[in-house]
Amino acid sequence: MREAILVEHLTKQYRLGALKHETMLREALTSVFTLRRQRRQATTILALNDLSFSVNEGEVLGIIGRNGAGKSTLLKVLSKITYPTSGRVRVRGRVASLIEVGTGFHDELTGRENIYLNGSILGMRKKEIDARIEQIIDFAGVEKFVDTPIKRYSSGMRLRLGFAVAAHMEPDVLFVDEVLAVGDADFQKKCLNAMDDMRSGGRTVLFVSHNMSAIENLCPRTIWIDAGKLRLDGPSDEVIASYLRTFSDAQRAGYDLGDVDGRGGNGAVRFTRVDFLDAEGTPASIFRCGEPLRARFHYRAQERIKDPHFGMTIHSDMGTRIATISTWHSGYYIPTLDAGEGTIDLWIDDLFLLPNRYYLSLWISSTGQWYDQLEHCIALDVEESNLNGTGGRGMSARWGLVYLPSRWNLEPRVEAR
Amino acid sequence: MNALARPQALEWLSEFVRYRELFFFLVWRDVKIRYKQTLLGASWAILQPFFMMVVFSLLFGRVAKIDSEGVPYPIFSYAALVPWTYFQYAVPLSGNSLIANSKLISKVYFPRAIIPASSALSGTVDFGFASLVLIGMMLYYHMPVTAGLLLWPLFMIPLIIFSTAIGMIFSALNVKYRDIKYTIPFFVQAMLFLAPVIYPFSSMPAKYQAVLRLNPLVGIIDAFRAVVLPTRSVDWHLLGIATVISLALLALASVYFSRAERAFADLV
Repeated sequence: MREAILVEHLTKQYRLGALKHETMLREALTSVFTLRRQRRQATTILALNDLSFSVNEGEVLGIIGRNGAGKSTLLKVLSKITYPTSGRVRVRGRVASLIEVGTGFHDELTGRENIYLNGSILGMRKKEIDARIEQIIDFAGVEKFVDTPIKRYSSGMRLRLGFAVAAHMEPDVLFVDEVLAVGDADFQKKCLNAMDDMRSGGRTVLFVSHNMSAIENLCPRTIWIDAGKLRLDGPSDEVIASYLRTFSDAQRAGYDLGDVDGRGGNGAVRFTRVDFLDAEGTPASIFRCGEPLRARFHYRAQERIKDPHFGMTIHSDMGTRIATISTWHSGYYIPTLDAGEGTIDLWIDDLFLLPNRYYLSLWISSTGQWYDQLEHCIALDVEESNLNGTGGRGMSARWGLVYLPSRWNLEPRVEAR
Repeated sequence: MNALARPQALEWLSEFVRYRELFFFLVWRDVKIRYKQTLLGASWAILQPFFMMVVFSLLFGRVAKIDSEGVPYPIFSYAALVPWTYFQYAVPLSGNSLIANSKLISKVYFPRAIIPASSALSGTVDFGFASLVLIGMMLYYHMPVTAGLLLWPLFMIPLIIFSTAIGMIFSALNVKYRDIKYTIPFFVQAMLFLAPVIYPFSSMPAKYQAVLRLNPLVGIIDAFRAVVLPTRSVDWHLLGIATVISLALLALASVYFSRAERAFADLV
């Protein structure tokens, strides 16, 4: 079988100084005269570090790794958006890359016009778009609004339109980066089906995602990238299992979060620690389905922060997002956070998760800004409990992920004789 | 350039040709958005050179009494203001285009030169509308509408080449040095006085003419005016110099751009 993608000793270096600071011509000129005396200290990071792998034609490869591990940089190099610092990349055939859905959409243009614009940006020919425009409109479900400027579209409609265009390209090689993380469940399913069709159509697909169940469903093989290097390459279930194992070991009552690597955000405020407490406020390390959970998050702010949102997402062991809890969702408004340390407590009155292992992601943000992002940083093992006095009957991961408190009533009710 | 660079240059060009549909889609997008509010959009194309013409006529025609080569000053200046307006629209738009489309550059691959080049081309529709007004003005001033006017659209070719070259250089520099954007308006304004828009080129002292003619805008704008004025004929020598320099600038711009573009996605 022929190789569709060949990556050899790929290295990509970014200059952090160049990213943070916009160069001015004035500085470039003065630095010539001052003989580089005040040249900025440029720190470099290796987003990709001597990475090698190959993908055969028709293969569907999953790519996993923490935030900042280099997954997106890899897709950008493969799709020629950015150039490697050293090493070699060869991609055979026509490439389409979905790093963002709806790239180049313009508010003032109609849905139909944007299909043409976006399609041509993605590398489709006008003839191809002409031939598929009805299918695209149908897939996106925007028939009624197709001649309306998309500034009137909801964000969901835009997303559907964007994916619809992408799903109707016929590339030999497709790169997909986390576009499925948004959108409602129905649409996600549609996208996954579309990707499945591409796979069965014999296309080579590279799929970057944090959704472990999607990766496992779609990709027989997965590579795990860690700090720009290839950490593991093999059957998806094995790679995913060892990836998730690194997040945490056995259940504990508290976790230091001060020096977790691979976290996102600008660091203006960061989580330093989390403690789990029981209802009485003493440290707890066992959590039972249906019982209260209390978490105390410690943070350290480098500066005064306005209107921060603290949040937590609960994922299943396969990476499916189960619930998101945040001060913003709860309407708990925090006007400002002073520089320094502090804690914020979270109460979950009834932890209605079925016994299983879950992973927590934590973040601190405000509108348009990420301060801290910790993916899957804590493992949470939920145990059975004597809910409803049935001795934990029905409390098993095989029944699903959540327990829904419920009541029954039969009429007419006949008492046992 | 050297022998090693030649296949690369060919490849660069063939990529551009391969993506020609995207090029036209981006031109179409720019034009469409500009004319979306139809009434205002089309009238802007006419109003801008027209008001400039009115102001110039008062100031330079009446007050300063600049020589207008034997025709009314309004028509003398408007004939130059139409191509001039294209230039002063196209160069800043093209020069800032990479920054304006930074989202595209960091998310999708395509030959980057498409962006400044398509921006430069999108001003031609405005040029077309403004040209129609010129014909109206010629009738109003009872000037002969001759077959020589057929050359009018043809002169757009060197003008587009020159504007694209300047736009490409500015756009690539703009990505690297963010203060370049402040120099673009200054450059455009200086060109207004260095090109024969307000005055006839013949009124320049001969010793300056030799240097000024190296500015392609001189030969091009002079040619545009010459086909309108019955008192003039096209100075083909001057236009030839302008065309050759424009082409050389475009080649230079392409070489510089193709070297700079590798870093665009990391910088924008």
